[in-house]
Amino acid sequence: MTTLTAPARNAEPRPRFFDLCAAEWIKVRSLRSTSWVLTLSVLGVIAINVNAVHSDFPYIDGPHPRMPGWPPYHYDALFHGLGMIPADLFMITTGSIGAITLFGEYASGMIRTTFAAVPDRRSVVAAKVTVVTALMLVAGTIASTGSFFLTNAMLASRHVGLSISDPGCLGAVAAYALIAPVSALVGIGLGAAIRHATATIVALVGTLLLVPLLFQGDRFRWVKEIGNALPKSALERLTYNPDSNSVLGKYPPSITESWIVFGGWSLVAVIVAIAVVNRRDV
Amino acid sequence: MSTTVRCLAGVADGSVGHVIEVNELTKRYGSTTAVNGLTFTVRPGHVTGFLGPNGAGKSTTLRLILGLNEPTSGTVTVDGHRFRGHPRGLRHVGALLDAADVHGGRSATVHLSALARSNRIPLRRVDEVLQEVGLAEVARRRIGGYSLGMKQRLGIATALLGDPPVLLFDEPLNGLDPEGVLWVRGLFRRLAAEGRTVFVSSHMMSEMEHTADHLIVVGRGELIAAESLSEFAARGTRVGVTVRTREPAALADLLTAEGGSVRADPDGSLAVTGLDADRIGELALEHRILLQELAAHSASLEEAFMQLTADSVEYLAGESR
Repeated sequence: MTTLTAPARNAEPRPRFFDLCAAEWIKVRSLRSTSWVLTLSVLGVIAINVNAVHSDFPYIDGPHPRMPGWPPYHYDALFHGLGMIPADLFMITTGSIGAITLFGEYASGMIRTTFAAVPDRRSVVAAKVTVVTALMLVAGTIASTGSFFLTNAMLASRHVGLSISDPGCLGAVAAYALIAPVSALVGIGLGAAIRHATATIVALVGTLLLVPLLFQGDRFRWVKEIGNALPKSALERLTYNPDSNSVLGKYPPSITESWIVFGGWSLVAVIVAIAVVNRRDV
Repeated sequence: MSTTVRCLAGVADGSVGHVIEVNELTKRYGSTTAVNGLTFTVRPGHVTGFLGPNGAGKSTTLRLILGLNEPTSGTVTVDGHRFRGHPRGLRHVGALLDAADVHGGRSATVHLSALARSNRIPLRRVDEVLQEVGLAEVARRRIGGYSLGMKQRLGIATALLGDPPVLLFDEPLNGLDPEGVLWVRGLFRRLAAEGRTVFVSSHMMSEMEHTADHLIVVGRGELIAAESLSEFAARGTRVGVTVRTREPAALADLLTAEGGSVRADPDGSLAVTGLDADRIGELALEHRILLQELAAHSASLEEAFMQLTADSVEYLAGESR
């Protein structure tokens, strides 16, 4: 091919993964709804946690008669400051944003334009995963550290606030932040496998929030163990305050197991997304 | 335009580059066969029309060329390579498959910037192609608010982004106004003249008549014809002659005896096939029959196309029942 060397016009620069990430970032950033949903959910998480702690002030300030058979009253700033209800909200919004970055392209047909421009589909999905993970890490960190430091600053006046160096706090804050990228990656995996908007969101809510409800019982160990393998249970375990009065119940997962659950779900979701998108017709 | 010269030089060197080769291509979706044993070649330097009625397998074939769908069997290569083997595509093949394959929430500038960035194409190229297709003024508006014609222009801009040697367009004239149609025709001819391979699908012969110089005609996923426009015009439909005379019965007998086939039309004229106008004139003169009108007419390309594809549709529909 003597002819192809001459014109500089079609001299193709070496492909870089970074350019794919930059392209995906342009796409994510340009969708106003995504930015709004993410910003509002981060602010929402912080606001709900702050409000929860604020509402607890009368109880903290009130008298605490000793209950027979119970240890003295002890306010759990971690349990109330990194609440599970805002976490549920956060899991749904971040999971949906993750899912929509993938099935959104299928729904609009944009995926064909994308893959005609970049036939290396695995790299496209890897770039999406990278950008979404980075974005969710930032969002999760803001939501988590915002909730932790604001609520504990409020509690400082009551002398029940915690410091990030107190037992379990750093891990709890990290887990509360990481649930955002974990949920988003689960969303990407489900979006790739299902490729249908409504069905993906239903599956996402089911996986993240509803299925864990079915596996809470501890009458049979295997039921509890299945529950322990789900991201929500792992989050509950990782945000558990070791100094708390509450108990973990029978067959609790270990801290290490819970981190493995976070990592495992993320990894499997990414592998599923890459494999499925690479193989299927678009 | 310096690129023009260089491209033409490339083709003149006898390079076989930039050829689309479709070989025994078959694609089935469940029990439906969208493309069946299709074989053809699209060469550079021409606008090649890809014609067929709706559902003939044109869009499927274009998707197979781009590796968006995997063939059930057979191969398709561009420039000797499977398209999916390229890490980045825009500098190899530019394509407009469906103008709606965009996200309505983005602006044209953002849409093209993301694509350019993914292929390491300098961002100034985005402004260039937007200028070229006439969208520069609306480039920052949401694509969702564009008309179909504007979306077609954006799709063409996308195809041009990487300045590729091979271009695919699926029904690019849909939704364009007459000025747009003229512009697109000129653009396609220019791209071909620059030595590029231009492959344009359509279900309307009339659209291709003034644009393409080669045709690939498919029906129900199978190849019907692959030839130049003039060859295509000459096939498929018999050429007829209209004759008007005061002695139609005598002339009809005469022409039938000579091997012609004659039909008397209600207006008194004769429609003759199987004999050309010269021979009919000679016969009339020999037998001293006065002709008032002698007009040869060939079928239009549209008729040729309709007849060919109608045959294929009937035949295959009957078979599949």
